[in-house]
Amino acid sequence: MSTDSPAERPLLEVLREDFGLTGTKYGCGEGQCRACTVLIDGRPEPSCLTPVSRAAGASVTTIEGLASGGDLTQVQRAFLEADAAQCGYCTAGMIVEATALLRRNPRPSRSEIVDSMNPHLCRCCGYPNILRAVEMAARPDGDDA
Amino acid sequence: MPDGFRDDLFEPDRKELGEGPAYRFGLDRREWVAAVGAGLLVTAAGKVAFSAGSDVSEIPPSTRLHLGEDGSITILTGKVEVGQGSRTEVAQAAAEELRVAPAELRVVLADTSVTPNDGSTAGSRTTPSTVPVVRRACAAARELLLRTAAELWGLDPSQLEIQAGAVVKAGERMSYADLAKSSRLTSTRDDSVPRGVPLTKTADWAVLGRSVPKARAREIVTGAHRYPSDIVRPNMLYGCVLRPPSYGAELTSVDLAPATRLGAVAVRDGEFVGFAAKTSHEARNAMTACSKTARWQSGPHPSSEELGTLLKARAQTSGSGRRGPRRRERGDVTAALARGTALARSYEIPYVQHAPMEPRAAVAEWAEGRLTVWTGTQRPFGVRDQLAQAFRLRPEAVRVIVPDTGGGFGGKHTGEVAIEAARLAKAAGRPVSLRWSREEEFAWAYFRPAAAFGVRAALTGNRIQAWDFTAYNPGTAAIETPYDVRNVRTQYFPCDAPLREGSYRGIGATGNNFAREVFMDELAVAAGADPLEFRLENLADERMTDVLRAAADRFGWPGTESFGSGRGTGIAAGFEKGSYIAICAQVRTTGDRVEVERLVSAFECGAILNPRNLEAQVEGCVIQGLGAALTEEIRFEGGRLLNGSFSRYRVPRFRDVPPMDTVLLDRTDIDSAGAGETPIIAVAPALANAVFAATGERLRSLPLRLSRA
Ligand code: FES
Ligand code: FES
Repeated sequence: MSTDSPAERPLLEVLREDFGLTGTKYGCGEGQCRACTVLIDGRPEPSCLTPVSRAAGASVTTIEGLASGGDLTQVQRAFLEADAAQCGYCTAGMIVEATALLRRNPRPSRSEIVDSMNPHLCRCCGYPNILRAVEMAARPDGDDA
Repeated sequence: MPDGFRDDLFEPDRKELGEGPAYRFGLDRREWVAAVGAGLLVTAAGKVAFSAGSDVSEIPPSTRLHLGEDGSITILTGKVEVGQGSRTEVAQAAAEELRVAPAELRVVLADTSVTPNDGSTAGSRTTPSTVPVVRRACAAARELLLRTAAELWGLDPSQLEIQAGAVVKAGERMSYADLAKSSRLTSTRDDSVPRGVPLTKTADWAVLGRSVPKARAREIVTGAHRYPSDIVRPNMLYGCVLRPPSYGAELTSVDLAPATRLGAVAVRDGEFVGFAAKTSHEARNAMTACSKTARWQSGPHPSSEELGTLLKARAQTSGSGRRGPRRRERGDVTAALARGTALARSYEIPYVQHAPMEPRAAVAEWAEGRLTVWTGTQRPFGVRDQLAQAFRLRPEAVRVIVPDTGGGFGGKHTGEVAIEAARLAKAAGRPVSLRWSREEEFAWAYFRPAAAFGVRAALTGNRIQAWDFTAYNPGTAAIETPYDVRNVRTQYFPCDAPLREGSYRGIGATGNNFAREVFMDELAVAAGADPLEFRLENLADERMTDVLRAAADRFGWPGTESFGSGRGTGIAAGFEKGSYIAICAQVRTTGDRVEVERLVSAFECGAILNPRNLEAQVEGCVIQGLGAALTEEIRFEGGRLLNGSFSRYRVPRFRDVPPMDTVLLDRTDIDSAGAGETPIIAVAPALANAVFAATGERLRSLPLRLSRA
């Protein structure tokens, strides 16, 4: 996709307003909540603090780009199964972060999961079920590796 | 609950912003039929009507259930979904009575042109009020379908059964869709609708009482669900609003020309100054350019440091009605205080902010003098009326639609963002999307009230003989003691508050229960009694006793830590809005740091409707309570917030979640009450009591801060 845009515009707003990709959320605009997390060349980044110029020529993946052809990813399925969304407003950022974590480290320990997810806020405080979801995605067969 | 105070059970907190509108209007037929379709309509009161194209003569405004000619089933309620699970719960309630799977029916929530007015989504009222109403309408519809099928087959209804969305007799079935089309059904008149059809008994529940997964979860995990801030309309602009530099500052002048030069729409209307442009970025640039020209006049404003004294000094001691002070007394408190061992203490709580992850947002669109607004509010009909008033429209010319919203916690009762978006859209002549920034959400949304308390009691042995509770400003929820005391005086004084206040999870109950349950701990210490035993000895309410015992058992109360060792345990309980909570906590202190090592909560709200959703609600509520107990406090000075951002206002994160156990007591013999609020009220006192056991330092204000370094 392409757009003409002032270089300093936040990537978040370009995604939402120019491309209609509203799955990525605004929560604070200061890097504190990570509701706006997207993958830039595979790395999770807060799109609210990323000037759109930095994404030029890079590959940007949003929550909408994870499932392919109606098939949910393992992480998305785990979030469903663990009932990990209350209002669900933080969920996209959580799923994108967990996806990046599991690509980097397919068998994270609980504390590695907590460390990766900690920058993300869930104001419904559904943290226990979100952790459960990420653990389920990491260990789909339920083993305790 | 001691008798004589029963009427308090469901008294709305005085800090709840007003309930419900003053009018009820007929619905717009075109909009209604477009939203729901043709078919049979049933109201809660058992009235029926039929819609066919735009033929329907009148849509009863309290229509609950619609059975489409295509067999589709639609349930309508004015409640909103903000993450608490109302959509799923309503689907379960309807599915139970209609004998279908919850996924087979559609739930339409909170659209003022389509759904009945169910007041605000607040005070944990969806479960005890809306669920039974939906169930009654669905049970009546089921019975009507059964009888209609019986007539068509020429059989007695008792020979038929309802299974999976159809009436069946030996080997034959007549689906709801077939019935919806039958002329026998469409000729039904009100008086033939069965009355008083009994609801499915708790013991026979097939859908209620089960962990039905959250409705619409798939749209959430794929990013497809559109929250209020995600709504897009053709030709839409993005807006922003110029805020005063401090509370109470008044605008004396501003030059809007810089915005116009940048191609943005700029509006000044009284104190309102707003901008709209093709992107949020352009709108903000226009605002920044104009804000440099704005001149403001501001007066003095107090500081959060002086809140305690300020509230007491500004207490409103006269007046009556819901806005005035309140005093209740039974027995002779003054005499009883003089007889026993007396103790008196003061407590304080600060302002806190709800900070839902989705800030306030609205999209407003005008067409032919009518206004449609998509917005995240817990009071759709209230906001419709606010819009009608603001733009001098008849309420039926305004439609408010509430898409499932990103969090509320009692913080989204008002319609300011809807009014702002509508004002901008009116000036622009195009739809406008307006979403508050996090900074605005912190500073300009209303707060959970700050409060101060004075409590006195007298003991004889382990029994409380007199109880004298005075609360300044928290609100009235849970202000009456649930303990069994003969001489009780309860006084409530609203205050001329320095910040804008409103509802919150549990509102008044958070402060009232904090003061009461810490004081109970102090009384136990004074009596030389174990805090659990002391509570049990002063309780007549067996449901409260049950949650206390359940939490204590699971926790292994009181633990083995010795007093003042740096590790300690605390307990607290509470009752509000028909549900009971008890929490045991273990903390460890290092210097002035308080680490929560373990939490056990026991909760009871009557018959459980959805165990997994209930557990998530209780856990989330308790964790949110950790924030208000340990870190959350709005600080202000000179009319400005000192910590209005997530980097300075610390809310709970993953790492703050201690090992937790949640015990849910299922009282299938008691009607279900709501669950989204009460768990929060025992968190802070349990932690304060644990900190005392760990350190010997008694903390009487929130957030809990140890003085020792
Ligand atoms: S919106 Fe980007 S971190 Fe909060
Ligand atoms: S589910 Fe509501 S913010 Fe996380």
